Amino acid sequence: MAYSFNPTLEDKFQWLLSRYPKKDAVLLPVLHLVQAEVSWLSPEVIDYVASRLELSPARVREVASFYSMFKMNKKGKYVLQVCQTMSCYLRGAEEIISKAKEILGISEGETTPDGLFSIERVECLASCGTAPVMQVNRWDFMEELNPEKMDQIISLLKKDKCAHESYEKRISEGGVA
Amino acid sequence: MTQKISPPHPLETRVVLKGMEEAFSWTLEVYKKHSGYEAARKAISMEPDQIVGEVKNSGLRGLGGAGFATGVKWGFIPKNPVKPIYLICNADEGEPGTFKDRQIMEHVPHRLIEGMICAASAIRSKTGYIYIRGELRLAIERVEQAIEEAYKAGFLGKNIFGSGRDFDLTVHPGAGAYICGEETGLIESLEGDRGQPRLKPPFPAVSGAFGGPTIVNNVETLSQVPAILLNGAEWFIKLGGGTNRTAGTHCMSVSGDVQRPGFYEVPVGFSLKKLLYEICGGPLPGRQFKACYPGGSSSPVLLVDEFEVGLDFDSIAAKGSMAGSGAVIVLDDRRSMVDMAMRTARFYAHESCGQCVPCREGTKWVYLMLKRLNSGQGTKKDIQNILDACANMAGKTICVLSDACAMPVTSFIKKFRHEFEAIARQESEVESALPKVSGQMGGLMGSILARQNKNQSEKR
Repeated sequence: MAYSFNPTLEDKFQWLLSRYPKKDAVLLPVLHLVQAEVSWLSPEVIDYVASRLELSPARVREVASFYSMFKMNKKGKYVLQVCQTMSCYLRGAEEIISKAKEILGISEGETTPDGLFSIERVECLASCGTAPVMQVNRWDFMEELNPEKMDQIISLLKKDKCAHESYEKRISEGGVA
Repeated sequence: MTQKISPPHPLETRVVLKGMEEAFSWTLEVYKKHSGYEAARKAISMEPDQIVGEVKNSGLRGLGGAGFATGVKWGFIPKNPVKPIYLICNADEGEPGTFKDRQIMEHVPHRLIEGMICAASAIRSKTGYIYIRGELRLAIERVEQAIEEAYKAGFLGKNIFGSGRDFDLTVHPGAGAYICGEETGLIESLEGDRGQPRLKPPFPAVSGAFGGPTIVNNVETLSQVPAILLNGAEWFIKLGGGTNRTAGTHCMSVSGDVQRPGFYEVPVGFSLKKLLYEICGGPLPGRQFKACYPGGSSSPVLLVDEFEVGLDFDSIAAKGSMAGSGAVIVLDDRRSMVDMAMRTARFYAHESCGQCVPCREGTKWVYLMLKRLNSGQGTKKDIQNILDACANMAGKTICVLSDACAMPVTSFIKKFRHEFEAIARQESEVESALPKVSGQMGGLMGSILARQNKNQSEKR
């Protein structure tokens, strides 16, 4: 079925258009909104966004593929993005990554056969004071991690528990980070 | 956000972060207790040139990394341009080690909005954007909430503070590209394009976003403005240490091998040694400091005996490094400097936007050569090759990303050459270890060689 904006998204789209002097400028905010709804940018989605912005699909793909946050392929329900840059490395990011690989039995860039988890290495997430850090999907950061915490986080996520975007809600359900 | 905000350390001076330890510090109600929006009200009644003058006198410098005088930058905006003037806040915090802007946006977003109202009055702008890194979900949420509150209170939108002036502000989320922290890359990204920096001139103050004159300032820089307008330039200079080279405060982000990593706002003239040993509690138990990056991962490293230095731009520059974004990454005696140099280069190789060859190829090859050295397979020749590559990267490209890779890598080799030489193998060792390849080389290189051989034998 062809993709189209739902009424809420349509309202947000119209509001965004009113905030910029040029139509193209809403591309990044719109792709974020769409991706939050459909989880990845499939060719149909790209075609639709392009038609709404009067751009060619190639142009939308060119821009979207430049940015690491836009997913051009289907990934797991929970994408574990572990920061590997300096400060996180100094505080044990490699242990966190090995632990995740060991529990899930996959490598970086792979997705578990049940489609639940993907592991990715990412560069600095701007949370170096509370390293090591991981971001799951686009939620609030999971900070000051250690292998035990990783174990707990993954088992909670497997049960779809503590799968809230906000840190406070996760903690209120007994989450660990 | 797991970090609980503690009250300031006795040696801290919180100006930008003032009030952040209070409950609901991000709401308008709490912010108003700290003379919130009084500076904006004052700015609206001032002449634009007066605001620019005050900020110039205060010695405020860009705290995103470049350290350019803020008032001077504002002064570049033409007086009666044909196109609208734009004010953009650069909140694409991405320099490894830096996390101060995030604290401001998450805990005191109203101070940033107030600073932007003041700056907009100074440059006569009616439209502003805050370009926030896409990953910083909480920051985006808090700033958007604060903007909504400010609109309701009549501080943003049409006829702000009943003055007849307008100022609209919108959050623009980034999408994960370090290069968008470069101001023209940011403008490209704001316009809905790939974030590839533009060739300068024209500078953004002449032709920036949507072709209009544009000022791009960092979050912390803009958040400093309200206090300057309320208390005056002299107060600001005294705060930092008494000269206008060290005016005001700077939020330092400390991370790595140190007892108490975190963010600390200190006067600009504060000493790095005091920051690391007294505020941050010194090295981890049983360890010694070895070196640090004083201003994010793109700054050349300082050795432990160079730690006795002021945190201001000029003092750190005199030591051959840079104050940058105030991000101190500390390394202790466990660390291999070859390993650290490799990881630094890997970051820049990953983040190069790819439009200039010296950067796209240089960052990658420097990373690969360092990786080979780090794995024990490199030779002494590699060390010289890395230095040569770095010399051909710095200053040869549109933006400074390639410099940001070349500078720290060069400094690691210059200051810790013995570590690089110790891990490098002898030329003869490597040659004998390599399998002999003749005529069996695959790929493009193999076919070229094969064709050459054939041509030669035909000629004979």
